[in-house]
Amino acid sequence: MLEVNNLKTHFKTQDGVVKAVDGVSFSLDPGETLGIVGESGSGKSVTSLSIMQLNPKPPAEYPEGEILFEEQNLLEASDSRMQEIRGNDIAMIFQDPMTSLNPVFTVGNQIREAIRIHQNVSKTEAQERTVQVLRDVGIANPERRAKEYPHQFSGGMRQRAMIAMALSCNPKVLIADEPTTALDVTIQAQILELMIDLQEKYGTAIIMITHDLGVVAQLADKVMVMYAGRAVEQGTTDEVFYDPLMPYSWALLRSLPRLDTAGEVRLLPIEGTPPSLIFLPKGCNFNARCPFVKDECHEIDPDLVEKKPGHTAACILSLEEIEERKSRVDEELGVGS
Amino acid sequence: MSENPNGYSGEHLLETTNLKMHFPIKAGILKRTVGHVKAVDGVNLKVRRGETLGLVGESGCGKSTLARLILRLLEPTEGEVIFEGENILEYDRRRMLRVRRHIQIVFQDPYASLNPRMTVGNIVGEPLKTHRIEGNRKRRVQELLEVVGLNSEHYNRYPHEFSGGQRQRIGVARAIALNPKLIICDEPVSALDVSIQAQVINLLRDIQKEFDLTYVFIAHDLSVVKHIADRVAVMYLGKIVEIADQKTLFDEPRHPYTVSLLSAIPVPDPEKERQRSRVVLTGDVPSPANPPQGCSFHTRCPRAQEYCTEHEPDLIPQEEGAHRAACFFPVEEGQRIEEPATSTPYRAGE
Repeated sequence: MLEVNNLKTHFKTQDGVVKAVDGVSFSLDPGETLGIVGESGSGKSVTSLSIMQLNPKPPAEYPEGEILFEEQNLLEASDSRMQEIRGNDIAMIFQDPMTSLNPVFTVGNQIREAIRIHQNVSKTEAQERTVQVLRDVGIANPERRAKEYPHQFSGGMRQRAMIAMALSCNPKVLIADEPTTALDVTIQAQILELMIDLQEKYGTAIIMITHDLGVVAQLADKVMVMYAGRAVEQGTTDEVFYDPLMPYSWALLRSLPRLDTAGEVRLLPIEGTPPSLIFLPKGCNFNARCPFVKDECHEIDPDLVEKKPGHTAACILSLEEIEERKSRVDEELGVGS
Repeated sequence: MSENPNGYSGEHLLETTNLKMHFPIKAGILKRTVGHVKAVDGVNLKVRRGETLGLVGESGCGKSTLARLILRLLEPTEGEVIFEGENILEYDRRRMLRVRRHIQIVFQDPYASLNPRMTVGNIVGEPLKTHRIEGNRKRRVQELLEVVGLNSEHYNRYPHEFSGGQRQRIGVARAIALNPKLIICDEPVSALDVSIQAQVINLLRDIQKEFDLTYVFIAHDLSVVKHIADRVAVMYLGKIVEIADQKTLFDEPRHPYTVSLLSAIPVPDPEKERQRSRVVLTGDVPSPANPPQGCSFHTRCPRAQEYCTEHEPDLIPQEEGAHRAACFFPVEEGQRIEEPATSTPYRAGE
């Protein structure tokens, strides 16, 4: 349904070209959940904004690639066509529910606006639908709540209202950009539960963007790991979590403090910091921090290649070399894989 | 450096007794006090020398206020802060300055907590200056920078030249500059990227061993606390609801809030995630300006009974003495949280 091929989003700045997204490809089927993980600055949010065509142009440019939604390339779609798609076919939930709702309009008003723009319905029908979606996302007293302003909602409630707005037109794709990062864990659990329920009910495809590997493990069917603007590993959730084939994903999993490990485990930090997106290193972007680095890594820039059926990774090490190095470090750390 | 004016050698470095911070709510033209936000409402804590006490809870539960009370950056409404056997709330300015050498803090936001106009050398050296520490200050600062994994050549640089993780290292260097005994870490890693968090956690553990430090480690992320703390206290609405050593708290939580908090955290393991049964609490945390009657958790608690709405539980010792939970119907071992609790309130009135 949604297919992104070799997407490149570059920003022209005074200091040079920032290659925020540099050749990312993935596809999404109806009802599926794709998790995009990566650190801040890895290009996850720019990828989602590119799909929505919400990157300001200039400075954003799309030198290459295509975003096919139901066979249409969104990079070439007219502004008015994008208006029709945005919010109606592809909807988005942003990270910060505080700033993404307009404080001077009531919540109901803002949801009604989305419905009235996209669907040919009367005011009363739009009002009924607004109350209905607010009820769907678990807001008690939706009739009364619709008349309230965002500041009268708590953080979790605002995020529910955002989800209600995103779902008000029954979108085919829902892009959730760190939807629970600003929330407390008990509220995060509520929101994630809600998203799972709604996906089952409406069959929406979800792109879940997060830095929290736990959230991905809970929700996603497949995972794309991003680093410095590139997709460095793609596979099903089980493949990426149990058998990571790119040293970055592996190291990320080893660096996490987790709740489910018994006894004392020393964390294995990834040394250094991500590279500047203007001056990317020669060779592999991860070479300065990679625990398995070898000489060739400073020369060859690895492509994302299929290491196992359906499971791709961007690393010049062969499958055997990666497995061997992973088990060696695990033995030193004293953890079972 | 370990001069001890009182010759204090007790087991507990820090103790708070019935510590309360009620912020007044003012309203109207006359700015009359119409109520109080009970940010910290009767906290009793004992921190042993050399241990790490983890303090967890959701936003607004009062953990950062508690940190500020311990440092006496805020004057509490009631209660005592006892450091090395003496109530520091009774100290005058001069004595307070002397004790501050021994209590330092690492802040959450490495961007806001370093003055952008000061060089790293001045930032890390400032405590030495304030406390008039003799000796070669520059050399000492460069030593400190190396201890926290930075380069001594960073001395003349400004904070904006560093990444988040490096800035947090600068904050740590500043905190250990005076050889303190106690460091309050207020969410030191929550503003950092996942791959950087582990660097700072390991650094904090290493310097704790090296300099024999005691930590009060505040975090909302239980997985981070699990990795660094020896004992853990869980806070809810200004009160401690459960406290135990790390292993007991994570393996056998008793308070329904701790149980649900633990189950709410997603684990980076898809198989375990599929098998887990999650306790999803309904509703939001009540306002600390108007906390519910009785047990403050009863409005969200899946086990709440009539009794809980009328009586307020104390921190009741569980089977193992050091494990305490403020609940009349604690979750028993192997029990699911939704299962009905025993009909008589647990050790009520004891």
